[in-house]
Amino acid sequence: MKVSYYPGCSLHATGKEYDLSIKTVSSALDIDLREVEDWSCCGASSAHMTNFKLSVALPARSLIAAEKDPGDVMVPCAACFNRLKTAQYHLRRDESLKKEIEEVVGGTFHDTVEIRHPLDIFYNDIGTDTMSAKVRKKLAGLKPVSYYGCLLLRPPEICQLDNYENPVIMDNLLNSTGAESMPWSYKTDCCGGSLTLGKTDVVVRLVDKLMTMAREAGANCLVTACPVCFANLDMRASENVRLPTFYFTEILALALGLEGPESWFRIHNTDPRPLLKSLNLL
Amino acid sequence: MATFLEEVNEKINGVPIQACYHCRKCTAGCPVAFAMEHNPNKIIKMIQMGMREEVLNSSTIWLCASCETCVTRCPNNVDIARMMDVLREIAIESKVPAKEKKILKFHEAFLSNIKSGGRINEPMMIVNYKLRSGDYFSDMAMGMSMFMKGKIKLISPRTKDMKSVRAIFKSTGA
Repeated sequence: MKVSYYPGCSLHATGKEYDLSIKTVSSALDIDLREVEDWSCCGASSAHMTNFKLSVALPARSLIAAEKDPGDVMVPCAACFNRLKTAQYHLRRDESLKKEIEEVVGGTFHDTVEIRHPLDIFYNDIGTDTMSAKVRKKLAGLKPVSYYGCLLLRPPEICQLDNYENPVIMDNLLNSTGAESMPWSYKTDCCGGSLTLGKTDVVVRLVDKLMTMAREAGANCLVTACPVCFANLDMRASENVRLPTFYFTEILALALGLEGPESWFRIHNTDPRPLLKSLNLL
Repeated sequence: MATFLEEVNEKINGVPIQACYHCRKCTAGCPVAFAMEHNPNKIIKMIQMGMREEVLNSSTIWLCASCETCVTRCPNNVDIARMMDVLREIAIESKVPAKEKKILKFHEAFLSNIKSGGRINEPMMIVNYKLRSGDYFSDMAMGMSMFMKGKIKLISPRTKDMKSVRAIFKSTGA
């Protein structure tokens, strides 16, 4: 199965282990990823918070670039996913805006690509049965809470990924590895996102609440599908409540017995290796 | 001349905010309301009352994290997250100084980084943010540790066709 790949800026930098684990898992599942040619940044929060047209034009440029290869585009970063989906939503509905943006970008939007998050592709196209059948190492004892955050799910009419108040696809994928995903009420609460530099104290408070609630739910780690959430959880939590955080693709790679997980875990800020060693999973 | 309410509604270009019946569900679910000067519901009321200066001068419009919980749960489909974007846009256009200066400096540093390379280079963006905000010393140890782990690189792949990226910034006035 051939899928275009829009990594976004974070996956080439702080989200390196997300990029590596997605590529490793995709290749094991026979998903052939091809990076969108000469893509540019989606503009993230900073564009839409300050300039609406810029926030549509920047993703539109990459959408048009992706149309060279019509079909599915895998977008792993929740912020990129949300911005690309939002731009597509406006371009599909507002003919005069579409015209204006096409002029700004210097290209035509043909609407021939589908923006898809890897959670959606792994869950709906591969499926948990196939995933369980490929598991080499059952992750017994691993008790994650699935943390979906905001931008994969909201607003629901744009994202259309899963139930927006109680999503389950990440939980089901994790359970297919033998891990025991713990129920909790904070799956879609906010980590503070881009406030991490401009208003660090707010992010620390939000992240500490998530960590505290994960502990209360009986979890020994958190699992995310977004490099912004990951950075905040992995780096901003206070020492007294901190739990290790994983990308869901790192967990899948570990369970499938693929090469790489230990070298990815080494570059986390909160080292998850002691937990995995204590459970005989590393 | 248009009232402040009309100005905001025109820019939102969706459900007019008079549809709000002040159930305060937006505020109950807002993760950042605890840190805000005026909560999201109060901002709607203030717009309805024409309190332009107070709204544009408030910390609230900068603290909104755009998590979209408010609009998702609003029984009347008022797009409060979009409303906050619009208020920031109006504040910038009207040259009202941001109450949360560092947050606006972050957005400026972020966008200027895209303008120069088409993609974010995290260390350069952070240096740019620190120079703009004067917040030189926070997160130094963390930055160093990430550099040692190879998570941040001084040089990262850029967009090749920078002409098209610059044209986007030029024609959107960004």
